[in-house]
Amino acid sequence: MNASVTNTARLLGAGLRALLVLTLVTGVVYPLVVTGIAQALFPGRANGSEIRADGKVVGSSLIGQPYDLPLKKGQQTPEPDLRWFQGRPANGLGTNTVNTQYHLILSGATNLAADSKVLLRQVEDAKAAVVRDNSVPGHTVEPSEVPADAVTSSGSGLDPDISPAYAALQAPRVAARNHLPLARVEQLVRDHTTGRTLGFLGEPRVNVLELNVALKDLAAKS
Amino acid sequence: MGPVTAGVLQLLALIGALALVHKPVGAYMARVYSSSRHLRVERWIYRGIGADPDAEMTWPAYLRGVLAFSAVGVLFLYLLQRLQGVLPGSLGFSSVNPAQSFNTAVSFVTNTNWQSYYGEQTMGHVVQTAGLAVQNFVSAAVGMAVAVALVRGFARSRTGELGNFWTDLVRGTLRVLVPIAALAAVALVACGAIQNFSGIHEVGQFMGGSQQWNGGAVASQEAIKELGTNGGGYFNANSAHPFENPTPVSNLLEIFLILVIPFSLTRTFGLMVGSTRQGYAILATMVTIWVGFVALMMWTEFGHHGPALQAAGAAMEGKEVRFGVGGSSLFAVSTTLTSTGAVDSFHSSFTGLGGGIALLGMMLGEIAPGGTGSGLYGILIMAVIAVFIAGLMVGRTPEYLGKKIGGREMKLAACYLLVTPALVLVCTAASLALPTPPHSMLNSGAHGFSEVLYAFTSAANNNGSAFAGLNANTDWFNTMTGLAMLLGRFLPMVFVLALAGSLAHQQPVPVTAGTLRTEKPLFAGLLVGAILIITGLTYFPALALGPLAEGLA
Repeated sequence: MNASVTNTARLLGAGLRALLVLTLVTGVVYPLVVTGIAQALFPGRANGSEIRADGKVVGSSLIGQPYDLPLKKGQQTPEPDLRWFQGRPANGLGTNTVNTQYHLILSGATNLAADSKVLLRQVEDAKAAVVRDNSVPGHTVEPSEVPADAVTSSGSGLDPDISPAYAALQAPRVAARNHLPLARVEQLVRDHTTGRTLGFLGEPRVNVLELNVALKDLAAKS
Repeated sequence: MGPVTAGVLQLLALIGALALVHKPVGAYMARVYSSSRHLRVERWIYRGIGADPDAEMTWPAYLRGVLAFSAVGVLFLYLLQRLQGVLPGSLGFSSVNPAQSFNTAVSFVTNTNWQSYYGEQTMGHVVQTAGLAVQNFVSAAVGMAVAVALVRGFARSRTGELGNFWTDLVRGTLRVLVPIAALAAVALVACGAIQNFSGIHEVGQFMGGSQQWNGGAVASQEAIKELGTNGGGYFNANSAHPFENPTPVSNLLEIFLILVIPFSLTRTFGLMVGSTRQGYAILATMVTIWVGFVALMMWTEFGHHGPALQAAGAAMEGKEVRFGVGGSSLFAVSTTLTSTGAVDSFHSSFTGLGGGIALLGMMLGEIAPGGTGSGLYGILIMAVIAVFIAGLMVGRTPEYLGKKIGGREMKLAACYLLVTPALVLVCTAASLALPTPPHSMLNSGAHGFSEVLYAFTSAANNNGSAFAGLNANTDWFNTMTGLAMLLGRFLPMVFVLALAGSLAHQQPVPVTAGTLRTEKPLFAGLLVGAILIITGLTYFPALALGPLAEGLA
């Protein structure tokens, strides 16, 4: 009996020492070395790919953000500022519930099922809003023209991109609101469209923050 | 080019990359686990552990090493989370509550990485890098060690010796996982994944105001999270989060990392048993199932059935624009056919059948190609079952790789096979029969049932992905999924090592004209059939109530 207790203790001791040594290697040395290399080679990316406009940081090119009007009195959900290109819905995004000394973004999806009535309602409402917001005098948007990414929430809730189709659909509205010629805005969208990497990796996309920064620039110049 | 063509090309590119590296990586791992030389740093480590790296172990000794190391790992990770509130370098985050700490500690030690917490608001730098990421490495190395012990059982004869657990653990970590992960981590940073130790970051926004996010050693953790088929995300959105998986290139790289060790281990296996053709038969079985599942997933996801997806025009709910339907389907299948559980899109919002394919992938026992190590030993158990079935058909004593599959071997293989289905079905039934656990479901009806079934399938198979609408942060789910993960990881290991010990004792029987040729395509076909039929018979009723009911509605 005593012998087996001693053996077990010896074995657990060996386990603990193995864990501590491997923690030193994989939990201290490894992340520090990778951080060192990352900070030396790619400091901008390692620190979050921040974008500046007019000398101020306006966000990360990788993290989607809202382009809404300030909340009016008594309003629960803000309205989109239609001067700017809008990103995807983010109905799964949350704010932190623990460690509330911070105001952290909680990434996430809606997790609603394909046959969920709640999700169906979200999609239909979003589609109606896209049609309403983007129909300008002389150009009416048809519901069938609205691409899927415009009416669905992304996996992270932080999708920085929209499809080229959704950007093109917003171009007439954005041009009208900024008193810019449509051709200039369409050119801007084309300039900010990223194709598939190597022609087949991923999907074509438009980074909304980069597009809006360029749009602000263009609007200020003209 | 359309999105379907692009998706298929991504699959082909991935197959090409894996085909290119599987031989050198597999051969390298065979050398790592067979070499008699120790690196200097390894000698220091063995001295630190107090273990003789050249001492051979019998199966009970090997198992005791696995269990002791894992038990200490659970306790250490539990305490780290419970003490987070007083640890420096933790962003001022408070300690994690007991039930969640237990669940998370078990989850990471068992290579499951089920997460009932939100990473960005719960875990500070110390717990993430020195706790969770460490288990990403060592739990994968434990899986590989057990797989190698089983291979030695087939390869050796008239001995009880299966190698040395500490040596296998240290070599797997230092020589295999750390170098590949380091290279991959730098590549991920080059794509845009973050890697820093700054605190909470407050940055301005385009419309004014600011947003807060945490910095962290994300890329280094992401690399081993995929390579070790772990899957626990730094952030709640896991590999859908742009800081974890910023571009289509990083997406394909992460899928590659998930698959590279499990597929390459078939080569290691072939070399160690002295017949690479035996390795090819196993590889062919894995590839057949994996490609079949990817094709089915792409078919159903591009088809986007389901009222909400039809209204939207594509299955983009829970998917990122940069990955699209193709890249997301490829990731979803690869993560659920291995024990990874990382996600770049949210399975709960897939089509009914798409969610069912993810679920079925885990139910197969994660063997095509499966987790690091666990995939190989899982499919070798299925191969034992398949030769037994073939033996029954022709009335011959079954044998595999020259070893007789007798009563003792079959009992162990059958026990292995029964553990996870028993855990999944009993826990799911109990959760639905009790009054309060069903309150955790987000969706109602068939999909709500699938949420619970998915949770226990994921936990017992050590996957870790979720139909994440389920609120799993309750005492019931934290405790029960914790137990399912523990039993689903270590009971099968007991049977695997016992089987290895039993095989190692045998004298190999010579190959005769009547021997079933297990390196031939016929056997690979038999193996695919056995896997699908056994899984189908076990889970069909449960699948019919959940994803099939939803998908066919």
